[in-house]
Amino acid sequence: MSTVAAGQGGTASGPHSVTEAARQRNFGALYSRNVQAVVARGLMAAKSSTWLILVSGFFEPVLYLIAMGVGLGTIVGDVEGPGGQMISYAAYIAPALLAVSAMNGAVYDSTWNVFFKMNFAKLYQGMLYTSLGPLDVAMGEIFLALLRGLLYATGFTAVMGVMGLLTTFWAVLMIPASLLIAFGFASLGMGITSFMKTFQQMDWINFFMLPMFLFSATFYPLSVYPGGIQWLIQAMPLWHGVELLRQISVGAFSPATAVHIGYYLVMIVVGVALTTGRLRKLFLK
Amino acid sequence: MNPDAVIRAEQLRKHYGDVAAVDGISFEVPPGESFGLLGPNGAGKSTTMKMIGGVSQRSSGKLSIMGLDPDVNGPEVRAHLGVVPQQDNLDEELKVRENLIVYGRYFGLPLSYLRPKADELLEFAQLTDKAKSRVDALSGGMKRRLTIARSLINEPKILLLDEPTTGLDPQARHILWDRLFRLKEQGVTLILTTHYMDEAEQLCDRLIVVDKGRIMAEGSPASLIREHSTREVLELRFGSERNATIGAELQGVGERLETLPDRVLIYADDGETALEQVSARGLHPLTSLVRRSSLEDVFLRLTGRSLVD
Repeated sequence: MSTVAAGQGGTASGPHSVTEAARQRNFGALYSRNVQAVVARGLMAAKSSTWLILVSGFFEPVLYLIAMGVGLGTIVGDVEGPGGQMISYAAYIAPALLAVSAMNGAVYDSTWNVFFKMNFAKLYQGMLYTSLGPLDVAMGEIFLALLRGLLYATGFTAVMGVMGLLTTFWAVLMIPASLLIAFGFASLGMGITSFMKTFQQMDWINFFMLPMFLFSATFYPLSVYPGGIQWLIQAMPLWHGVELLRQISVGAFSPATAVHIGYYLVMIVVGVALTTGRLRKLFLK
Repeated sequence: MNPDAVIRAEQLRKHYGDVAAVDGISFEVPPGESFGLLGPNGAGKSTTMKMIGGVSQRSSGKLSIMGLDPDVNGPEVRAHLGVVPQQDNLDEELKVRENLIVYGRYFGLPLSYLRPKADELLEFAQLTDKAKSRVDALSGGMKRRLTIARSLINEPKILLLDEPTTGLDPQARHILWDRLFRLKEQGVTLILTTHYMDEAEQLCDRLIVVDKGRIMAEGSPASLIREHSTREVLELRFGSERNATIGAELQGVGERLETLPDRVLIYADDGETALEQVSARGLHPLTSLVRRSSLEDVFLRLTGRSLVD
């Protein structure tokens, strides 16, 4: 072995200045500004696996769009869009399916993948024995989930374009909005997963997501529900995603747009804080 | 107090609820030393290792690693450490060489440094021809060597080894000891826990015997044997039923006598002389064996013979 000095050119043994020490005192146990290492690991691991899962996750909403939007749409006809104008049924449900797709991709990555890495592969224990802090790990994993969300969102938006469901340039904004939705679900999903110990508990996530997918005004407007149920749906995260993307798809914005965006911003902050706190509690106790 | 010490623990304590896993232990480790923590299961060895690694916060006491507090400067302390955990936690989704590169990136080290370093460490771990293999295709000994290679990627000044050879066959253990000895020669400070006494005698310059979270003894293997045992041990077997009764008749032979269900142990500086004394009393064992005192004798004397579950 050679005698290359520890941390040559890296963070391994930098000079320990006073300001550095002050920064470390506040945040040092949590974060080492090295999210990219966690992301690079995820990409390297993805290279050899999960292509099939990636592809199946993309096709799911496309199949729904064809079956429900195009198929069922022939007997439904045109419906009223967010701005009051009449649009095809396919154009009505497509943004909702995009929101569902962003949610599914993010949740899959941040729940099942994270559950496995946490409890079986012991990946995070290994990571936290290095210079990485729990915030680096959480942000890296969430970023990977977002990357998957970006692929799905871009692909699905392209499909919408090919099917002639896009009528305004505003629709391009559905891609960053999908990322916002994915970010919210990924960060909260990872936080919640950190409490899960068994596969049975993991099934609760599906138990919660399926009704949310079906009833969040995905296939018909919120107004079909009685008042109490409407409130319940509006409290759920997916409804805000569906409404946000539906508004963007036709370029019809309202004060509610800001509420939807705000909902996800809060969800992201709560999710990242929860995840970081939980990783710290689990592995740096 | 040694001003050069790379690890300094004073009255270190760790409580889980009412249970004290580590109950006030103090020690110092100078640079380049190979320092062992010996103790039965549940003695607090792994907890101590976790506190040193900054992945477990102490309940009280002082702890300084290279002058830094691991509870405050966790990532920075860990940058100086290499960790070989009790259970391998290699990244099974990555290939062998990728494991080294990716782990190095967790320390923020650049690829230009990591690529040659990974090859060098594969050579060191005798895994060069496995560089592109999947991790789950490696044998237990290979995985262990890869874990050690991985722990060296950041050129750590201190290497923490938690039961490094548990579960390995003798060949794999000896290869591993050889590798660890080379690291020691290069000046790496080794901190290891083990409950293999031969391993402690092979590798440790100095060790502490820990039981129930407290230090029972401290010193070099040789000095501990001198202090807590005799030079030689005479082992006599009279048959299971007779050991206890004959044990009583042997009082006064050697310095100390221990009667076990299967044999009688006589601790004496000269085992042959003790054996002659036994014969002189008209007692003839089925088998007799004179051997050197080992760390195992010290360990069992200090931590008792009852099972720890």
